[in-house]
Amino acid sequence: MKTFKVLGSGCSKCQKTASFIEKVAADMGVEVRVIKETDPMVIMQYGVMSTPAVVADEKLVHSGSIPLRGAIEGWLAA
Amino acid sequence: MLEIFTYLADVLVYNLAGLDPSLKIADALHFFIEDTTKIFALLLLMIYLIALVRASLRVEQIRQWLGGRNRGAGYLLGSFSGAVTPFCSCSSIPLFLGFTSAGIPIGITMSFLLTSPLINEVAVVLLGTLLGWKFTLLYIIVGMAVGILGGAVLDLIRAERLLQPFAAKAYLRADQAGVTAEPLRLTLFERHQFALGELRDIFTRVWKWVIIGVGLGAALHGFVPEGWFEQHLGQGQWWSVPAAVVLGIPLYSNATGVIPVMESLITKGLPIGTTLAFCMSTVAASFPEFILLKQVMQWRLLAVLFALLLAAFTLVGWTFNLLAPFIL
Repeated sequence: MKTFKVLGSGCSKCQKTASFIEKVAADMGVEVRVIKETDPMVIMQYGVMSTPAVVADEKLVHSGSIPLRGAIEGWLAA
Repeated sequence: MLEIFTYLADVLVYNLAGLDPSLKIADALHFFIEDTTKIFALLLLMIYLIALVRASLRVEQIRQWLGGRNRGAGYLLGSFSGAVTPFCSCSSIPLFLGFTSAGIPIGITMSFLLTSPLINEVAVVLLGTLLGWKFTLLYIIVGMAVGILGGAVLDLIRAERLLQPFAAKAYLRADQAGVTAEPLRLTLFERHQFALGELRDIFTRVWKWVIIGVGLGAALHGFVPEGWFEQHLGQGQWWSVPAAVVLGIPLYSNATGVIPVMESLITKGLPIGTTLAFCMSTVAASFPEFILLKQVMQWRLLAVLFALLLAAFTLVGWTFNLLAPFIL
């Protein structure tokens, strides 16, 4: 099972990002675990400056916006 | 070219709705329709065009650009990049830590963060439409001055001592050499897509503020008698400026909501300095923002920052009330 972390201070865009990943995963029939990470110290450790950011299996794959559907499908297929 | 919006409001209010132009409600409604349609049209255009230009800009690049600057230039550039960067207050903490851990002085980072909410393309469109280019220019200069001076003072008192321990440690361990960022190379079509996304994003965020702001402005415009503020607050009582600043703190709004109200306040005779002070305090000094900053700053630093902003806005107010006869 893939694990995604959505980094961000709990703003509405971060919540939308998290639920969007869950939705795309459900559409593709892939099981995922999505964790919302709001601790600024942890966000700093990933080197992220603009949120929401997405970490897929401990690798930073996106930052600064709600990701596009195509990008999420790519991470899920990888 | 902008008369078309006056004409549109004329047709809707006086011809179609058949309201008598001498009625207060007709006056308010006309003001509301003319201003909202004009603002929405200009916003769509400006947001799109600016997003097209800055599509390839990343905060990582700005960080690299600001790193290793001498202080004097740093505050100016920090404030300037705060003005041109799109910014959402929910990113302020990661951005603060990102800058800090790259060794950028706290003052320069704060120049960025203080200027960012005050100046952006939405604010500029609203000010230009409602209050004219002279006032817009003035507003930009004052906004940047607050950011620059605020940042300089924070470094002067060595604000980095008053960060939360983990943030202070990140600042001390900073390794500027390790920070590099490549600009993105984008095709015109990719820029267009980015700009459309930004347009949708910013517009859905601000349209209700425009309606609320212009609505309040229209109500003031139609129902508060001409010169009311002049009679009650306009004689330049010194305390009216700090009072306006304090009043602005619990009223938390972004620039979009408060600028249309400013126009009405000024045309009703509230002195320009008092109005500016009120507006800036509403936009830049807010409790939600301070609660966010608590994650990286100790209470003492927050208190200093707060006092600094109050003093700055009060000074802005007094200065412009004094200068008003010469600038408008």
